[in-house]
Amino acid sequence: MTDTADIATGGRVGVYSRAFIGLLARDTRVLRRDFIAFLLRTVMNPILFTFVFAFVFPKIGEQFHPVGRADFATILVPGLIAVAMIFQGIAAVALPLVNEFGRTREIEDRVMAPLPVAGVALEKIVFGAMQSIVAALVVFPVVAVIPATPVTIQVASWPLLVGVLLLAALISGAFGLAIGTLFRPQQVPLIFSIIVIPITFLGCVYYPWELLSPLPVLRYAVLVNPVVYISEGLRAALTPEVPHMPPVVFLGAMAGMLILLIAIAIPLFVRRVKS
Amino acid sequence: MVSANNSAPAILIEQLVKRYVGSKVPAVDGIDLEVHRGEIFGLLGPNGAGKTTSIGVCTTRVNATSGRVRVVGVDVAAAPALVKRFIGVVTQYSTLDRSLTAFENLVFHARYFGAGRREARRRAQSLLERFQLADSARRMPDQLSGGMAQRLQIARAIGHGPLVLFLDEPTAGLDPQSRLSLWDLVRELREEGTTILLTTHNMAEADELSDRVAIIDHGRILVCDTPAQLKQLTPAATEIHLVVRQVPTQLLAALRALPGVDSAVAEGDGIRILAADRGGLLQEVVEAAHGHELRHVSIQQPTLETVFIKLTGRALRD
Ligand SMILES: Nc1ncnc2c1ncn2[C@@H]1O[C@H](COP(=O)(O)OP(=O)(O)OP(=O)(O)O)[C@@H](O)[C@H]1O
Ligand SMILES: [Mg+2]
Repeated sequence: MTDTADIATGGRVGVYSRAFIGLLARDTRVLRRDFIAFLLRTVMNPILFTFVFAFVFPKIGEQFHPVGRADFATILVPGLIAVAMIFQGIAAVALPLVNEFGRTREIEDRVMAPLPVAGVALEKIVFGAMQSIVAALVVFPVVAVIPATPVTIQVASWPLLVGVLLLAALISGAFGLAIGTLFRPQQVPLIFSIIVIPITFLGCVYYPWELLSPLPVLRYAVLVNPVVYISEGLRAALTPEVPHMPPVVFLGAMAGMLILLIAIAIPLFVRRVKS
Repeated sequence: MVSANNSAPAILIEQLVKRYVGSKVPAVDGIDLEVHRGEIFGLLGPNGAGKTTSIGVCTTRVNATSGRVRVVGVDVAAAPALVKRFIGVVTQYSTLDRSLTAFENLVFHARYFGAGRREARRRAQSLLERFQLADSARRMPDQLSGGMAQRLQIARAIGHGPLVLFLDEPTAGLDPQSRLSLWDLVRELREEGTTILLTTHNMAEADELSDRVAIIDHGRILVCDTPAQLKQLTPAATEIHLVVRQVPTQLLAALRALPGVDSAVAEGDGIRILAADRGGLLQEVVEAAHGHELRHVSIQQPTLETVFIKLTGRALRD
C-alpha cells in the first residue's frame, strides 16, 4: 500500500486543520457547481422587494415616509442584506444538513474525517458564514441600484461594518447548524413557515426597531430574533442617519447570541452523530 | 504524538455492551473479540444481531454503554479522532457524497486525510483505475450501478491507507458475479496487509472469504474460530433439506425419531434435518414424508449455517 499509506500523519493540529480545510474545500466545490442557483436564490427576494416597494410604488405615486427624512429605499438596504445573510445559514447549512442526516446519511462518512466531530460542526458554521458574506456582497449593489429614489449610504466606520458583517455571518452559520440538526427531512416546509418567515417579518427589516415604540410588547418580544440585531447593526454601519440601536447593544447582543447558538448547536450535532 | 501501537491487535473488544437509549434489550450484550493483524475476520449473524452496532463502536460512531474497544491499540472512546486516522469504513448503506462526482468523492476523501490538491487528484485517479471505475469518473453516485457504487465506497475507504478496514455487509444486494469480484478485491487488500472486519449474513461469504468467523446472535458471540474448525462443531455429518407443502408437527416428530437424526427444524419452505451419515437414512426420511406432498429433497455437507442452527435452533435467514 505504498501508494496510499500514511496520509494522516503528524501532529494533532496539523491533521485537524488539514481535515477542516478539506471539508471547506468540498463545500466550496459544491457551491461553485451550483453557483447560478446560489445567485438566484440569493438575489430574487431583494430584487423583487426593492423593485416593488422602492421602484414601482414611488412611480405609481405610493410613497412611504416612515421615518422623517429617511427614504423607504434607504431603510430597506440594511434589512434586505440582513435577510439575505441569515437565509444563507438556512440554505447553505441547514437544508443540506437535514438531508445528510436524514435521507442520505452522508453525514456518517463526513464525520469519519480525522478530526473531532465538533470540528465537522464548526466547519459547517464557518462555511455558512463565508457564504453569508458572499450573499451580502451580491445583494448590496442590487438594493442600492434598483430603487427609483436614490439611497443614502455612508460608511461611518469601516471596523464597525466589518465587525457587524463577521458577527452576522457567523450567527447565520450557527443558526443554520442548529436548525439543520433539529429538523427532519419531512419537516423542511415547516422551517420556512415557522422560522424563515417570522424572523424576516419580525426582524426590523422593513422598519427600524425604534419605530416599534408604540407597541412595547412587540418591541421587546422581537429582541429574541437575531435578525433584529443584524438589521440594526447594518443600519448603524451603512445608513447611520436612520434611527438604530447603539453599537454597544447590538454588538453585545450579537456576540451573546453567537456564543449561545454555538453552545447549543455543536453539542446537538455531536449528539445526533453519535448514538 | 500518540500513535498506533504496532504490536497491538488490530481490534480488541472487551466486555462490550451497548444499550440504545430507550430500548430494553441491549443491542450488544458483552462481547469479547480479538482481531489479528492482517486477517479477514467475518462477523456472521442474522438481522438485528448487533453487527452494525459493534462496528459502530469500533469506528467511533456509537458510544459504548460499557466495556472497552481498542483499534490498533488506541482506545476508541478516549481518542476517537486518532482512531479515525487508522481505519476505513464502508457502511451498510451508501454514504457516498451525492453532491460530488465519483472522482471528486475520492479526491476530497484524500484531502480530508491531509493530501494536497495534486496528490489527492493523483490518488483518486489511480484508485479509479484500480477499481475499474475510470470510465465513470464524472458520474454522480446516483448514476452508478449497485456494484460500482460499492466499489467506489471501498475505494474511498482505503484512499488514506487505513490499517483496519470495516466492511458492513459489503456484498448485500450485489449479483453473484459482482459479489465474487468483490471477494477478490477484499483478498487483494488482505495481501497488501490491511486487516479486514466484515459482517455478513451470507454463509458462503463468511466461509470462503474469512480467515476466522465469529457467529453473533442477540448481541452475543456464540463461537469464534476458523470456518473449518466451526464446521467440526456439528456432530452431524449430513444436512438433508426437504421441501413439503406444509410442515405438520407430527412429521417433525417422526423425523426426529429416526435413528441418527440430530435435529429437524421447520424452515420457510420446508424442513432442515441434521443427521449422522448413515446408509439408508435418506430413504427412511422420504418414507416418513410420505403423504405430505414431498416436492424436493437435497443433501449436503454441513455449512456454517448448520453450525448456526445447531447453536440457536433457528435458521440464519427467515
Ligand atoms: N440507533 C438505534 N437506536 C435504537 N436501537 C437500535 C439502533 N440501531 C440499532 N438498534 C437495535 O439494535 C439491535 C442491533 O442492531 P444492529 O443494526 O447492530 O444489527 P445488525 O446485526 O447489523 O442487523 P442487520 O443484519 O439487520 O444489519 C437491533 O435490535 C436494532 O433494532
Ligand atoms: Mg447491520
